[in-house]
Amino acid sequence: MSIRTRLLVSLILTLPLIATMFGLKLPGDMPTMIVLSSGVMLIGGGPFFVSAAKSFKNHASNMDTLIALGTGTAYVYSLYATIFNMHFYFEIAAFLIVLILLGQWLEEVTKSRASNAVEKLIELQAKEATVMRDGLATRVALEDVVVGDILLVKPGEKIAVDGEITEGNSSVDESMITGESIPVEKQVGDRVVGATLNGQGSFLFRATHVGSHTLLAQIVELVQKAQASRAPIQRLVDQVSNIFVPAVLIIAIITFAIWYVFLGASFAAALLFAVSVIIIACPCALGIATPTALIAGTGRGARIGILIKSGEVLESARDIKTIVFDKTGTITEGKPVVTDIIGDVQQVLSIAASLEAASEHPLAQAILGAAKQKNIRLHPVAGFMASTGQGIKGTIAHQQEFVGNQAWFGVNEFDIKKFASDAKRLEDEGKTIVFVGNAANVYGLIAIQDRPKSTSAEAIVSFYRQGFHTVMITGDNVGTAQVIAHQVGIETVIAGVLPADKAERVRLLQEQGKVAFIGDGINDAPALAQADLGIAMGGGTDVAIEAGGIVLVKNDLKDAFLALRLSQKTFGRIKLNLFWAFIYNTAGIPIAAGIFSGVGLTLNPALAGAAMAFSSLSVVISSLLLNRVKL
Amino acid sequence: MYKLMVLIALVLIIIFIIWWFFGKRTTKSVAATRQGNKQVVEIVVDGGFSPKVVVLERDVPADIIFTRRDASACFEEVVLPDFGTRAHLPIGKAYTITVTPHVAGEYQYTCGMNMFFGKVVVK
Repeated sequence: MSIRTRLLVSLILTLPLIATMFGLKLPGDMPTMIVLSSGVMLIGGGPFFVSAAKSFKNHASNMDTLIALGTGTAYVYSLYATIFNMHFYFEIAAFLIVLILLGQWLEEVTKSRASNAVEKLIELQAKEATVMRDGLATRVALEDVVVGDILLVKPGEKIAVDGEITEGNSSVDESMITGESIPVEKQVGDRVVGATLNGQGSFLFRATHVGSHTLLAQIVELVQKAQASRAPIQRLVDQVSNIFVPAVLIIAIITFAIWYVFLGASFAAALLFAVSVIIIACPCALGIATPTALIAGTGRGARIGILIKSGEVLESARDIKTIVFDKTGTITEGKPVVTDIIGDVQQVLSIAASLEAASEHPLAQAILGAAKQKNIRLHPVAGFMASTGQGIKGTIAHQQEFVGNQAWFGVNEFDIKKFASDAKRLEDEGKTIVFVGNAANVYGLIAIQDRPKSTSAEAIVSFYRQGFHTVMITGDNVGTAQVIAHQVGIETVIAGVLPADKAERVRLLQEQGKVAFIGDGINDAPALAQADLGIAMGGGTDVAIEAGGIVLVKNDLKDAFLALRLSQKTFGRIKLNLFWAFIYNTAGIPIAAGIFSGVGLTLNPALAGAAMAFSSLSVVISSLLLNRVKL
Repeated sequence: MYKLMVLIALVLIIIFIIWWFFGKRTTKSVAATRQGNKQVVEIVVDGGFSPKVVVLERDVPADIIFTRRDASACFEEVVLPDFGTRAHLPIGKAYTITVTPHVAGEYQYTCGMNMFFGKVVVK
């Protein structure tokens, strides 16, 4: 029988009994009361007694032990009292069962709402996919898709697995994975993620990850693990809950002994104090204080692309003082782009791009990208040569042309005077400058910059406003680093750091307080691990998922701020829950035992029952509120 | 005199509670049985976990089959924190949790509210 049915039946049987509390007489009087309360004990309370007995046989105890003993005592005493025509408490026994069932039912309803994040994620999964086999589009079950398959995605269809577009283009709604509501434009070569929703276009893609290797599967696994993990703060609770129930029973017996044997209270009054102690002490709220908050917090994170890996992470997020940001790819786009061209744009770009077409330098990608965007035709190049750290040269239409930095053009004694002031200005803006030209004629220059992401400044300001010390760490030279830091509002810059030394720098910062490191996990995994809290922005790469304590699905610094806030809020909620649960359970015991009866503060069993039901409920609701709290 | 007898009875009950719940008891442990390339062990959930302690071999995938016979809300869930699993147990049906232990040691598993405990020993 479900808790709900038990509650309803018990409630109907108990209502007439409650009426007697207000002086009403029931038809049939006492026999009716016995029948009604026996019905409640049997239907509503039966399972508690069964469970308590089973635990007892195993030398264990649980909250059912307390419920069974508390209500059972009141009921059995009442039966005894009717025989000797004394005052009885059938209505209290029945009312307690109703209250406890009410508490459990409300807890069940609210708890299921807190814990369904994982199920929702799993439901996102497509069930079938259209695979191109022997040139024909065939519908197959998701499990039959293998790596390397070419899949067809029609408009409005769910993308089945992770892969790379080979033909066509479309916009894709990735909000279920990243939390980003604006659809993302995808074209040939772009990554698509399983479980996201295709827009109006149609495309083919090659499956790169299937089954348990897809991003969705990894997210599900991560969230499941986090929800099963335990916050270290819970250890104290574990210690207590091991001995809690037997200890409460002993306290109840002592309470009875003191009232009855030493203070000369009536048997019934002493018994009621003991029953109140047993009922108020049900450790239910204590048991659910941590897990419900952990589940609600990590669940909320998962819905917005913030994956908190364990309960321990929440605790380390607690008193972070310093936030260290990796520069490239974290604060900045990680892709240098051409920002300015001085001189004849057409001429400068066509010469530079033609030469760079053969180069593998990261800046070459930026120049080629700009040329492509402006539809500039490339010239054939002969005699290509690269001088590391300086530039490249080659012959275009019988004329030797150069692309390189200022130092190199200076050494070659090219006349760059007419561009000197532009070069100086752009360099001050933190841009990298390359000159284009030859011995006779320098055509102009190109400025290239790895620009901050559009949201970086806003995010860093948020960190600053919350009182965090913000630090940027980079391999760039001080000048470039300072400019970027200034643009986004970073307080301290640590420049010229080799990737391998980042972890050591983090360790030094840790001497002044707890440090969170935010990076993309590619070359800063050691730093992520060294920091008290590692936040990996990875767009879901395996490396990032491994390295960080918190993983951000989206590549957006604002999420790092939200992640830190969510961790702190969740941890705060766990502490608050534990505090209230302890207060209810422990502070309630002396009151229930009648220690303060001298000043008129007592708890009868019915009130104790109400307090107990309310305590569990308040803990669950407090955890659920994590879904609404402002970050 | 009557009250003295009540007092003695109450003290005896307290002693019984302490002995019953806290007395040292040998818990029997059950080793998983090897079935092909995996190992299988069954745990009955009924007023506690039985057997409380299960022994697994290292590096062999293990099916731990939980059968919940207890309708009490206390046994709704089982948590193996070290293996990252929190599972809802259906009443009266077998529920299999598959783990592959890689490091020898003792790992606690609990009910959803941390009231009942068992141990997985990896050898």
